[in-house]
Amino acid sequence: MSLISTLARVEAAATGRARPLTTVRHRHLAERPMVLVPLTTAGEVGAPLGALVGTDRDAPRLLVVPQPRDRTLRFAFLAELAEVVLPHLESAQGTVELQERAETDPETGKRVKVEVELCADAPQLIVPNTAGISYVRLLGRSTRFRRTAEEEPDSPHPAPARLPLLGRWLTHYGERARVPGSSLLLAVTEVLGRHWATGQSRLEDQHLGALLAWIEAEEGTSGAEAALRVELARDGDGVPLTPPAGPATDPAFDNRRLAPAIARHDAGLPGAEEEIRELVASQLRPTWDAVWRALDLLRALPPGARVADRWKRDRWSYTAHRDRLRAGEPPQPRRDDAVTAARKLAARETALAELAAQEALDDPLVMAERRLSGEAFAGEVVRVEPAWSEGKRPMPRPLVTVRTDDLPHLEEGDRVHRALEGGKSQPGVFVASPAPGLFTVRLTGGMGRGKVPEAGSVPEEGETVCWTLFEHAPRGGPDLPDPEETPWTHGGPPDPDALDAPDPVTPEDLL
Amino acid sequence: MSDIPDSPSTTALRRRLAELRGADVAPRPLDARALAALAANPGCRRRALLDGAGVDKGALAKKLGSPAAFGQSQFAFARGHAFEARVKGDGGAELMRLVHARTGTAGTPAPEPGEVAVPDLTASGPDGRAERTRLALERATAEGGWALLNHPMVRLEVAGSPVHLEPDAVAVHPDGRWTVVEIKSFPILDGAADPTKVGAAARQAAVYALALQALGGRVDERMLLVCPKDFSNLPTAEAVDLRRQLATTRRQLARLTRLEEIAAALPEGVTFDPARPADELAEAVRRLPAAYAPQCLSTCELAFHCRERARAAGSVEVLGREARGELGGLTTVEAVLAAARGEAASLSGGDGTDPSDDPPDDPAAAALRRAARLRAEALAGRS
Ligand code: SF4
Repeated sequence: MSLISTLARVEAAATGRARPLTTVRHRHLAERPMVLVPLTTAGEVGAPLGALVGTDRDAPRLLVVPQPRDRTLRFAFLAELAEVVLPHLESAQGTVELQERAETDPETGKRVKVEVELCADAPQLIVPNTAGISYVRLLGRSTRFRRTAEEEPDSPHPAPARLPLLGRWLTHYGERARVPGSSLLLAVTEVLGRHWATGQSRLEDQHLGALLAWIEAEEGTSGAEAALRVELARDGDGVPLTPPAGPATDPAFDNRRLAPAIARHDAGLPGAEEEIRELVASQLRPTWDAVWRALDLLRALPPGARVADRWKRDRWSYTAHRDRLRAGEPPQPRRDDAVTAARKLAARETALAELAAQEALDDPLVMAERRLSGEAFAGEVVRVEPAWSEGKRPMPRPLVTVRTDDLPHLEEGDRVHRALEGGKSQPGVFVASPAPGLFTVRLTGGMGRGKVPEAGSVPEEGETVCWTLFEHAPRGGPDLPDPEETPWTHGGPPDPDALDAPDPVTPEDLL
Repeated sequence: MSDIPDSPSTTALRRRLAELRGADVAPRPLDARALAALAANPGCRRRALLDGAGVDKGALAKKLGSPAAFGQSQFAFARGHAFEARVKGDGGAELMRLVHARTGTAGTPAPEPGEVAVPDLTASGPDGRAERTRLALERATAEGGWALLNHPMVRLEVAGSPVHLEPDAVAVHPDGRWTVVEIKSFPILDGAADPTKVGAAARQAAVYALALQALGGRVDERMLLVCPKDFSNLPTAEAVDLRRQLATTRRQLARLTRLEEIAAALPEGVTFDPARPADELAEAVRRLPAAYAPQCLSTCELAFHCRERARAAGSVEVLGREARGELGGLTTVEAVLAAARGEAASLSGGDGTDPSDDPPDDPAAAALRRAARLRAEALAGRS
């Protein structure tokens, strides 16, 4: 958190309504995302109890496991989940555009241009909170190594046909969600929290209903009070009216409602299954509605200019996974080998730096945080002096002086960067501070190849400019797939001994 | 240890704590989980005294109109029990195999079935059980074999009063080492478990280890954490290093202000007996200085009450420790906003900061003013 966002929290606490943290939306929202609200029983860590899932807010599909300890019922749930989710995740595989990419020719060792496919879009998956993302990962982990009847005809508990495939997709989406700024799989509490500050703590913001109450509060009403009602409202049995989106159930719900209903189901009483379905739906529906309301709020924000650029990386990631499946690669290993793990870590660090830079460039309110911390400065140009480099072919190196109240951490010779129209950035070098509040920068590029700078490439007196001390594209070309996304067809088959065996089946499994 | 006579001051303190709890109210025993939570927020005198006096904070919170939302799902309870029973089944054979595999001395043989002593620890009352435990540990250590103490009872002196604790198990190694065993029902998936849950288990185990150290034993600085493996109900275990938790818990328990002091600051006649009227209780609770943080919501039954009070006081504590840290000495919403507006913080009630402080020289206030200006500028530019 920065002081500016802390101040926003304080403002929210004072007014009882959430305050904006951004002026634009910094995450991609698909036109037709799939929302998944999972529910698990408290205690039986990971055992699914039910889910609402779908792409139509008015017609979610309700999936329920009437007895979570029954493997057959769990498999039926997972099979149904695969039936709903897989067509969505597979829906964007066919429409592609061609992209050029430099690759090393395995025979000549030379860098050559090749044309590769890039899926024109990628399906998006939305869950209520970060625990939902963890659950997607857990489902992926538990199902991707399963063997189907076709693979293992003698197995006493064969997995439903498409389940391992679902597991591999969910694993991919779950891994992708670890990359800062990625949007294939989003948790709405996180996305809302990026765009609004409430007057409560981040811990409490994990309750989607409460978080929304702060943001949705109309002028003159108290979001704080509404959030409190959402958080505390319970019926006569102590069952919360707006459960915090779990995915684990509330203990009071388990004890007062679910346990008796499951007991009736186990006793084979008629209507018991229907009762459990209704109970599960009652816990899921408030969250389902809340997720869609959250999406409405987010859609009302205009997208940041560089959001599409990051979404393109998500499309690369999606395409790479498609290619790995098509190439018949085995499921993702249980644990990454050291090299892969280090690579992923490095890629995430780069993505984080890139995200921070792009959000600041797209959004003056985010840039304000960087200005406050001395990593950027903005102000009016008060003087422009033409100057040229020395040497045979003198190039323009004009000196631009701005006046600002900002306090950048600059030393002579530091590199600075300025965003130009069209997304390119212009480098410069800090020369001196001729007087307090005045900073002089020598432009060192982005002015064309001629002796005279291209029109519009040098700011004019009176113009407002913003320089950053951080790079705008802290990684290579914007169109490369991440290293971990390189299909093994481009790097040789994996070691067959390294393949993971399926999990042993025991009589008391949970998932 | 009923045979050791209490010192007069201990007796006086016990009497005083009983008064505070309410004349006819049975004390609510502290457990290691509560102690670990107490040690996690050692600055809270309110919690220290209420816990130390054995006040039922859940009942108190309910009476105050802010009941805690804690509860355990019967599914979780049943599963926890079934798993522990399975781990300890068969005379603890599987458990001792795990103890040996994860914490045994390298190169020594695993205990053979029938080679593990499982002493009977039953006795009436916690003091009797603690004494049985002490004797059993002494004997097992002297005999130099393997022993498994199932649900032993140990005592720890906390803020001047004794607390009885019941670890899931303690294993005695042939070399005389004692290892704390905790059995949890969250899974170890592909060799890794939820770090928050492991951390909580380790803090809890550290409390047990401290109590065992007080008995003079050679206590292993690693615990054995036994959990279900992956998606199954089969036990697996990891040794968890406790050195850091031991050091922090030791330090924080020592720092816990002694209960006598806190109790002495309360006027005669104050009581936390949940049978008293709500406003009287609210007033009594108010007299105990709190240290609210949002983390209280998952660790303390009084959290909703303390949060409500902190909010009503406009305290920035409710925004989280991170935010609070960033605001330096400005502790109320009003003081922060005043500083952001460039007004003297003291006018709007800072927290006892010297009113003669010149706000422009306060770096926190100066930073806030700049933050407010930059924020307003960016928001104004929004189309
Ligand atoms: S909730 Fe209140 S009593 Fe409990 S630890 Fe927090 S501040 Fe102390």
